[in-house]
Amino acid sequence: MILNFIENLLASGVKLAAPLWLTATGETYAERAGVINIGLEGMMLAGAFAGMVVSYFSASPWPGLLAGMLAAMLLAAVFAVLTVHFQADQIITGAALNLVALGLSGFLFRHIFGVTGAALTATSFPTLELPGFAGIPILRGLLSRQPVLLYAALGLVPLAAFVLNHTHLGLAIRACGEQPAAADTAGRNVFRLRFGCVLFSGLLAGAAGAYLTLAHANTFVEGITAGRGFIALALVIFGRWQPLGVFFASLFFGCANALQFQFQARGYDLPYQFFLMLPYLLTLLVLVFSTRGRQAPAALGKAYRRS
Amino acid sequence: MRAFLRVWIIKLAPAVIAFAVATLLAALLLLVSGYQISLAFRALLEGAFGSAYALSETLVKSIPLLLTGAAVALAFRAGVWNIGAEGQLLAGALAASALAATFSAFGGMTGVLGIALLLLAGGVAGGLWAGLAGVMKTRRSVPEVVSTILLNFIAIELVRYAVHGPLMETAGQFPQSDALDASLRLTRLFPPTRLHAGLWLALVIAVLCYLLIQRTVFGFEMQATAANPRAARFAAIDTARVQLFSLIISGAVAGLAGVIELAGVTYRVYDNFSPGYGYTAIAVALMARLNPLAVIFSALLFGALENGAAAMQRQANVSAVISYVIQGLVVLTMAVAGGVTLKSNAART
Repeated sequence: MILNFIENLLASGVKLAAPLWLTATGETYAERAGVINIGLEGMMLAGAFAGMVVSYFSASPWPGLLAGMLAAMLLAAVFAVLTVHFQADQIITGAALNLVALGLSGFLFRHIFGVTGAALTATSFPTLELPGFAGIPILRGLLSRQPVLLYAALGLVPLAAFVLNHTHLGLAIRACGEQPAAADTAGRNVFRLRFGCVLFSGLLAGAAGAYLTLAHANTFVEGITAGRGFIALALVIFGRWQPLGVFFASLFFGCANALQFQFQARGYDLPYQFFLMLPYLLTLLVLVFSTRGRQAPAALGKAYRRS
Repeated sequence: MRAFLRVWIIKLAPAVIAFAVATLLAALLLLVSGYQISLAFRALLEGAFGSAYALSETLVKSIPLLLTGAAVALAFRAGVWNIGAEGQLLAGALAASALAATFSAFGGMTGVLGIALLLLAGGVAGGLWAGLAGVMKTRRSVPEVVSTILLNFIAIELVRYAVHGPLMETAGQFPQSDALDASLRLTRLFPPTRLHAGLWLALVIAVLCYLLIQRTVFGFEMQATAANPRAARFAAIDTARVQLFSLIISGAVAGLAGVIELAGVTYRVYDNFSPGYGYTAIAVALMARLNPLAVIFSALLFGALENGAAAMQRQANVSAVISYVIQGLVVLTMAVAGGVTLKSNAART
């Protein structure tokens, strides 16, 4: 009974968590390189929108995923050019890109599909049952019949952790975020590394957005991301700028969120608005109570100028 | 005279360029999407300025933008990233509406004193809502960029809860609060237009914000904190206190925007009470280069844009959300123009 409960919780928790850790992993790279990308929300939205449109017309989720990643990367490239090369303020540029993405996706969506009101259905990802997990308790919940994209997202986590912590590339990235001048002196191209990390964060935010339309909601509505990009920002802090930490933070968050469905299903007498509020409330609480030993990259948010 | 003109041209140039670039790109977007640009832009201009009524509606839209814009400018001047004007506005409107409901339940306040109490309640609520983010920032080093945004989402759900629950109208039909008592409404200046006396209040508050920043010790401390927090601490400025109070004052001004919108225009609180004034406020503040007096003009411009975009949607079938694109592009151009970058980079730490 209790095992069953945990398995159900994990099964829906991991589904809710996947777009979060995808986005937060990319943001971890950007922030470790010294760039804070507030535009994640807009990039997710761009990914969700492009994913929906392309999968709808191509009747396959894969081109949709690709289009979502490209659309978000395009926004990320604009962000990177402005902040890394023109040294525009990162917070302001990110906030502006969110507005642009919200307006653009809303405008184009109505332009392409009209104000129909009838919900369109995206061609979504198939689910996949991994053989061999059916007999293992707990893991069975995590890995049974999930969307294909979710397995890829899971595979990304150890890879991202390894590259960031155990390779020369990862070391160079971390140096850019701590002491860009020193990294520059040591012959690392700070501008190119930061540019690359921002593009990577865009790519993953786009994939997360496409996940929302193609593996979660199976449709697109204006503002479908509902603040997930901002929650991802918080999860990077909660996960202490480490891919593994970010993954577990997201999983915790996804499961806590899945818990609300269990509560609702059991008919607890609480107004539903409290359940809608829960993810944001929880994020705030976690940030308030997880300060110990937390250290942001030293050069986070500061444009690097060669002097 | 010549020199005077040159100074003003230099001051205004980034804003003018930003708006021109944004409009041009939006026009390009319309063109590519196959709309008739001349039709769309004529609808926009006529919707914003074409008649006395259109003009009055532009002013009506500008009032909340002026207040939230001043609020955002104030916080940014202290190097505090208040992205939460939307939530603070809602907190203000909600508190005022709750107070009005208790008035009518206990047969209490009416008239000028009643309105003053509503303003007080809204200002305090907005200030507290922002203050939450302020305390989290100064005590637990939670970045206010994240916390103020999350508080926006929470405020939206709080409003939803209130108008479906405790504050729902007595008729019980729609998810909205009861209409304000007639004596608690702000005077309409030129009926039948909806332009209301909140305009004067908003202008006064913007001037007060300007004076606070430019003419007081606290304003100096705000700017010092933004420019270089470490240096400010060496100069015996309690930067944490400055940041906390900047956020609280900023939130209070945004809260007042909510009350004034409630008492001047809507009379009720409901879902989607604010069509994103608190987010547009960021564009308003940045276009004014964080000067509360200049915010008066940029609020007017964005008010016209909001109002005109609605007309464009009705007449030329162009989705009004395109105004977000223009806002975003204005901010991007201003960010590149760099007027704002100088202060902010040092302020993050």
